Amino acid sequence: MGDYSSHTISHIDHDFIADLLRKGERMDGRGFSEYRDLEIEVNVVHAKAEGSALVKLGDTSVVAGVKVLVGEPYPDSPDEGVTMVTAEMSPIASPLFELGPPKEDAIELARVVDRGVRESETVDAKKLCIEEGKKVYMVFADVYPLEYDGNLIDASSIAVNAALLTTKYPEMKLEDKKLVETGEILSLPINNVAIEHTVSKIDENIIIDPILKEEFVQDCRLTMAVDRENNFTAMQKGGGAGPISMELVERAMDMALESAESIRNAIDEAVKSVE
Amino acid sequence: MSPEVKPDFLISPEGLRVDGRRTDEMRPTELKVGVLKQADGSASIRQGKTYIIAGVYGPRELHPRHLTLNDRAYLRVTYRMATFSVPDRKRPAPSRREKEISMVIANALRPVLFLEEFPKAVVDVFITVIQADGGTRCAAINAASLALADAGIPMRSLVPAVAVGMADGKLLVDLGDEEDKYGQGDVPMAIVPQTGEITLLQQDGSFTKEELVEAMQMGINSCKYLHELQKEALKRAYVKRSDDDDDDDDDYDDDLETDLGEAELMEDE
Repeated sequence: MGDYSSHTISHIDHDFIADLLRKGERMDGRGFSEYRDLEIEVNVVHAKAEGSALVKLGDTSVVAGVKVLVGEPYPDSPDEGVTMVTAEMSPIASPLFELGPPKEDAIELARVVDRGVRESETVDAKKLCIEEGKKVYMVFADVYPLEYDGNLIDASSIAVNAALLTTKYPEMKLEDKKLVETGEILSLPINNVAIEHTVSKIDENIIIDPILKEEFVQDCRLTMAVDRENNFTAMQKGGGAGPISMELVERAMDMALESAESIRNAIDEAVKSVE
Repeated sequence: MSPEVKPDFLISPEGLRVDGRRTDEMRPTELKVGVLKQADGSASIRQGKTYIIAGVYGPRELHPRHLTLNDRAYLRVTYRMATFSVPDRKRPAPSRREKEISMVIANALRPVLFLEEFPKAVVDVFITVIQADGGTRCAAINAASLALADAGIPMRSLVPAVAVGMADGKLLVDLGDEEDKYGQGDVPMAIVPQTGEITLLQQDGSFTKEELVEAMQMGINSCKYLHELQKEALKRAYVKRSDDDDDDDDDYDDDLETDLGEAELMEDE
């Protein structure tokens, strides 16, 4: 714990971390391309949410829940359902987060996680259609950070995907313009799974899954969504205005690919319990 | 979208409730202290299917400044429900209900806190309802008072809270979701166990005076039981923490004789 209520970062902190990296070390003893311990618990909101997951990435933790509702499709895509991811930086998670309407960083978090899910076409929008132009399923995945010790994006991405993969909802149909349950329980039509991996640049070094102290002194970060076929489906440079070279971007991509499989396996293992 | 069906009866012919409880029986309640590392104090409660986490920050500088109280700390309670905590998705923006509940929770907790020790500061209590299944404001008070104690905020007492009510003509403690929705009335209450003072009292539905007094007496008894659970949870957290410390190598043991070898080793480093 600590009081980070002022955003001032001391040069001492920066130099300490940068010097350590030059020696090939990180503050918490991890390798540069090593994630913190990952724990995934699914179905934590079993009674009310259609899907849910609690993810702990080191001392960062988030809970994600999925609600499946029936609504009207957008006029420009009458035969497609809607998937939406939102995230909120609730002040319970860190002394840094303040009450009030979402600020830039909270909006970025939500949009980056949303893009990871949407751009990889995780949920097959066409299969979410109940009746064209009239009724479609709307899938809302909402993320609430509980503890913030760096890298909320990856933790949120893992939680949202685990929650989507374990979502179960009753099938509905239109009968005489009324919605009725058919009695079937469905899983979401999942096409693909893309998980986001965030790499932080500090001077000439890059490290994956930064803790809060590393985030404080980073020049910038690069978030990459990697899908099951090891394709990149979304990317975002953020977390500071520092520039990054093409060479470092390539190394960051390699780092993401290196971790992608083990994180995917951890998710698959966790969602197996729900069948 | 989880379909909600009104149960045929709230009290069975055998006198049991929808979830099989007796009328004066609480739901299984699990309290945990120290569940969040970033917060100065925290606690979680699982009461039946209700699941709530409370985190406390402070005393710390108050923003915005115009809320400052010159003679004591401002107790700011923020009760929020996750969008997925209820059968239909809750709209993400804070609702009027959430704001009112935040206020009544603050009023329930304030009497036990020595806020005058921290003029001009704020003590922030953030409450996140992860799953709502009835009695969330009372469960939130149970967790929040533990989180305040965990944060080391000086306080006279913990504050236990419970909702009592009536369904099918019977008085019940610790209402579940169906009993709350389809029952005849609901009385959430919180007390200071040592003095018996009531710090939260709300009511809806219809009761005679006799019923209300009897219901409140049942509520006070349940609060006393919850108070024991709260004290146990607090002890568990701190006893466990000192156990963890013993496992650390840099902690020296009382028994010097048997530990001599290890002590020497450590000096070598």
